[in-house]
Amino acid sequence: MRYLRPETLGEALAALATAPHAILAGGTDFYPAAGDRPLRTDVLDITGLAALRGVARAGDGWRLGALTTWTDVVKAGLPPRFDALKGAAREVGSVQIQNVATVAGNLCNASPAADGVPPLLALNAQVELSRQDGTRVLPLGDFLQGNRRTALAADEMMTAILIPDDLPGGDERSHFVKLGARTYLVISIAMVAAVVAVDDAGAIAQARVSVGSCSVVARRLTALEADLTGQPLAQAAAIAAPRHMADLSPIDDVRATAAYRREAALELVRRALSHCAGGQP
Amino acid sequence: MSPDGATRAAIPVSFTLNGKPVTVTTDPVRRLTQVLRDDLGQTGTKVGCDAGDCGACTVLLDGAPVCACMVPVGRLEGHDLRTVEGLAAEGVLDRLQRAFLRFGAAQCGICTPGMLMAAGALLAETPRPTEAQVKDALGGVLCRCTGYRKIIQAVMAATDLDSHTPQAAVGAAVGSRIERLDGNPKVTGADRFGADTAPEGSLVVRVIRSPFHRAAFDLGDLTGFVAAHPGLVRVLTAADVPGRNLHGVIPDMADQPVFAVGETRYKGEAVAAVVGEAEAMEALDLADLPVTWTELPAVLTPAEALAEGAPRLHDRRPENTLMRGLVQRGELAEGFVAAAHVVEGEYSTGFIEHAYIEPEAGYARRVGDRIEVVACTQAPYMDRDDVAAILGLPKDAVRIIPTAVGGGFGSKLDLSLQPYVALAAWLLDRPARITYTRPESMASTTKRHPSHITARIGADADGRLTAMDFLGTFNTGAYASWGPTVGNRVPVHASGPYVYGAYRARSHAVHTNCAPSGAFRGFGVPQSAVAQETLFDELAERLGIDPLDFRLINALDNGSPTVTGQVFDTGVGFKDCLRALKPHWERARAEAAAANAAHPDGPRRGVGVAGMWYGCGNTSLPNPSTLKVGVKADGSLVLFQGAVDIGQGSNTVMTQICADALGLPVDRFQLIHGDTDLTPDAGKTSASRQTFVSGKASYLAGRDLRAQILRLTNASDGAAIDITAEAIRVSEGGTTSTIPLAGLKADAEGFVLMGQGTFDPPTSPLDANGQGEPYAVFGYGAHMVELAVDTRLGTIKLIKLTAAHDVGRAINPLLVEGQVEGGVAQGIGLALMEEFVPGRSENLHDYLIPTAGDVPEIETLLIEAADPLGPYGAKGIGEQALIPTAPAILNAIRHATGARVRHLPATPGTVLRALKDAGHAPVETPDHG
Ligand SMILES: Cc1cc2nc3c(=O)[nH]c(=O)nc-3n(C[C@H](O)[C@H](O)[C@H](O)COP(=O)(O)OP(=O)(O)OC[C@H]3O[C@@H](n4cnc5c(N)ncnc54)[C@H](O)[C@@H]3O)c2cc1C
Ligand code: FES
Ligand code: FES
Repeated sequence: MRYLRPETLGEALAALATAPHAILAGGTDFYPAAGDRPLRTDVLDITGLAALRGVARAGDGWRLGALTTWTDVVKAGLPPRFDALKGAAREVGSVQIQNVATVAGNLCNASPAADGVPPLLALNAQVELSRQDGTRVLPLGDFLQGNRRTALAADEMMTAILIPDDLPGGDERSHFVKLGARTYLVISIAMVAAVVAVDDAGAIAQARVSVGSCSVVARRLTALEADLTGQPLAQAAAIAAPRHMADLSPIDDVRATAAYRREAALELVRRALSHCAGGQP
Repeated sequence: MSPDGATRAAIPVSFTLNGKPVTVTTDPVRRLTQVLRDDLGQTGTKVGCDAGDCGACTVLLDGAPVCACMVPVGRLEGHDLRTVEGLAAEGVLDRLQRAFLRFGAAQCGICTPGMLMAAGALLAETPRPTEAQVKDALGGVLCRCTGYRKIIQAVMAATDLDSHTPQAAVGAAVGSRIERLDGNPKVTGADRFGADTAPEGSLVVRVIRSPFHRAAFDLGDLTGFVAAHPGLVRVLTAADVPGRNLHGVIPDMADQPVFAVGETRYKGEAVAAVVGEAEAMEALDLADLPVTWTELPAVLTPAEALAEGAPRLHDRRPENTLMRGLVQRGELAEGFVAAAHVVEGEYSTGFIEHAYIEPEAGYARRVGDRIEVVACTQAPYMDRDDVAAILGLPKDAVRIIPTAVGGGFGSKLDLSLQPYVALAAWLLDRPARITYTRPESMASTTKRHPSHITARIGADADGRLTAMDFLGTFNTGAYASWGPTVGNRVPVHASGPYVYGAYRARSHAVHTNCAPSGAFRGFGVPQSAVAQETLFDELAERLGIDPLDFRLINALDNGSPTVTGQVFDTGVGFKDCLRALKPHWERARAEAAAANAAHPDGPRRGVGVAGMWYGCGNTSLPNPSTLKVGVKADGSLVLFQGAVDIGQGSNTVMTQICADALGLPVDRFQLIHGDTDLTPDAGKTSASRQTFVSGKASYLAGRDLRAQILRLTNASDGAAIDITAEAIRVSEGGTTSTIPLAGLKADAEGFVLMGQGTFDPPTSPLDANGQGEPYAVFGYGAHMVELAVDTRLGTIKLIKLTAAHDVGRAINPLLVEGQVEGGVAQGIGLALMEEFVPGRSENLHDYLIPTAGDVPEIETLLIEAADPLGPYGAKGIGEQALIPTAPAILNAIRHATGARVRHLPATPGTVLRALKDAGHAPVETPDHG
């Protein structure tokens, strides 16, 4: 069994090419999952890959290196459409978690309750997956395949999250709302991210709304988004309706019932939209 | 090491630890907590969960707070690490540490290192933070004792803390807000908890537990398994128990095996224990043991356990019934006939986990023909007796030395780890240690009883209570534990502190294939209070009487009989509690009404009140305490104090009482606490008995020593005493007599004088109708909650809690407030978020307890209706504070919205359902699309 902590991506990918490794980033999903059992796998600790940390402009968009932590996101200077992602970042676990946990780890762990997914879906994020002989880019929605299932191959690692500049110009707003049974350190019962672009007349040029914890993978509410397009932003919350939740498939668990989740999701959607319109959170 | 080798190669890792360079050579994937604690001996950094959920392991990595339990040590190469041990440079406490002591921010102290590190990082950037900033910074560290308020105050005040420490004058220790006497090691990380004490080279024990609620099992070839795994020493099973393979806190009901035989009765029950060298045990996966399980049909609720044909858990307990309890007084039928209004309801609550931040831990070692167990516990003498029975030893061959206890709340009254380490150390003649994992602690130790309650209450047109009929069915789990205590306490207390025309309360404790339900702050009374106190509000509403007035009309008073027919001539301070709340109540109701009128679409504000009482000490059973205080030949003064301090402050309270009884300042005392070889039996730390019972013993011990000293000089009780290294001086009316210590004969332990006090509160047995004098004293209280309900999501925002408690006499108001605030926080958890589901929420990720952001401002109003028996009039407060919180919250929700929540916890989904039942518009409003 090995522990590798390479300083270059090349070394990391070379290691993955020779044998599968458990990839270790912030460790906040990795260690709790290990529990009290000994770690009997080769471990590739990627936190030495300094080049993968940070948020920067890249081409026609933004690039979040795979080692970017939630705290990095909170501190980064980013346009308003990232407010939802920042909101999620502030509510992931606790300060201790945010200081080490990576956004990429949140995606790779693929929990239905991952707070990073709704905002990133609403940003049309793509993920960059690298292996020794090349790189592929997948839409986040294709990368996430189910509860704890992703498109990541054994010899690949995620190297970045890419966010295209694809909002129509003009005013942009975004917001994240999370519902849990306590204030800190809480897994979402449901959470919603909204990103909207508004034209000069105050009408919605484009709306993207996603809901987490209400299906195995968080979902965009495409029917709602279509209904919102062209409508005044001030009306957005009132437009959201039960039928827009049809694509959700929440389950009963220790945190809440399916029925409650469905209702709460609608209310959270309305609150996220109303916040974007300048109303109360 | 080759990639497929069995272990990972150790590598050297160099970093700075509290400013000094260190290098460790180890498996780089090991958690930083393991390396700090096991390899570097830095046990100030605590482990409460190993999963990021509790924050007890918070350290500063390059200045930023992180959870050390999720940091691979290999990552530290070249980095800077700060731990609690680095705070008190050259032994001088920093301001934050001092603020923690001053404000009473450390109770048991297990969360304190993590709190200090998280808060320190905040203060480094923001020296004068707002409350919101402090909460954000502390949100990742759980505390189960304090309710967070004093921690928040300490952090906000730290930067400007003055250097004046409160002192108590001679004779005025009682009533003063002195800092806890055992606080220093709690803020430096030097305190030794169960997991911090084992001698180097101890064997490590791990327990194999049932993965099913009920299962048959075959242990397989354990000897072969040990032989094939170098470093493992032995696997212990029921066959290895030399004495009785049973234990239980109520001796004649002992029914819980150390190791199950044939079949397990709950998920988490022990069947065997592996013992080995530390390194081998760290590499062991318990799943590799050759144990095979066959799941069997299980019953998980009383309804299932009482159903016809249900499997019986214990042969000698038909119908899976552990016991039934009854208290009745007056003619019930007549009482209901006399009622102008009758309300009734059905209620339920779930399992509640104690969730102390310290999982059970400790070690044992064999010393000749004796065994010593050093572990966290609330009841050293009970541990001693049961360990002796298990090992087949006489009681005096067992010594129990309690470590610092990182929270107990009732669960550490029962044995947990003690038999396993004791057996291993006894049989193998080497020290053996164990530290429960968080899931193991949660799966295997006791819980608060789930309850199913039906109650009917009637009142006449004037609002006087005419009758109450109560039936509580309690899920008592697989073993007796404290189930009988709950079953007996509930019928006595289900009335609340009120006067009824007629009363009947029945309880029924039913075995199921769940973890044993045991003692948890309040022994069933918090559950019964939920039913009784919320029905009161419905009754008051029917009568058109203000809820607080309704309680005042019916409140128990001096001279009025309780439901067991007991009459107290003095010391019933319940009405005083209600009256103390009155101005707050009027202010809060007016504010809520104004806010609701001003914001018709906003969250609904509400105010609720609930009362409580709680008998201190065992129910109709003797429960004596003995304390000793002695003077040594060198003039030192030693208090032998066996009342285990589990954070509540008994070390400090016993000393304050003894100091005033004796007439010397508290700082003269040295403490010897809770070692069964050294301290006399001060009973268990439970049932809110320590301040009352052991406190009285402390008082009597102090008085005894004082009397002996005065007798030596024929001085009167008005004399002043001083003890120096050479002599005892007694001064009276301007003359001083000197008794040279050298002239007094010292005993074998070096004591020249020894005072002793024993107190056993007077009670009488209950008759067949539950009539009698079950407790020598009750504590009384009432809480008022202000909150806001989000009617669309069903979420609750607590605004303020005002707690009035009759404590007889507040020996140390700072500590009393700490008990109240901690009790309130647990009450909030019970009301709004906590529910343990066996097999599903055995971690602090899924089992939610309140965080720093969930406890609102708490104002404590201390009422002192002196008890004639208690030391300086004091009564207990430990459990009292938790009881009225949940019903007060439910009453406030109902006041705000009309919604009636009868099944706890009131999670958002439950509240939303209740809101709909009360006619609030569902979110599914007409389609706007
Ligand atoms: C107490 C606590 C509270 C939490 N609260 C929240 C919360 O509120 N909301 C929330 O969404 N999550 C929460 N989490 C979960 C967790 O913190 C997040 O999912 C976090 O973002 C994971 O990042 P990490 O860097 O720690 O991942 P790691 O634990 O290091 O890795 C997670 C998984 O992803 C894989 N992985 C990581 N990086 C890569 C990569 N670059 N390429 C390929 N695979 C990779 C790992 O192999 C592993 O399987 C919480 C966790 C804890 C312990
Ligand atoms: S021990 Fe690390 S967070 Fe609990
Ligand atoms: S003082 Fe915080 S957990 Fe005990």
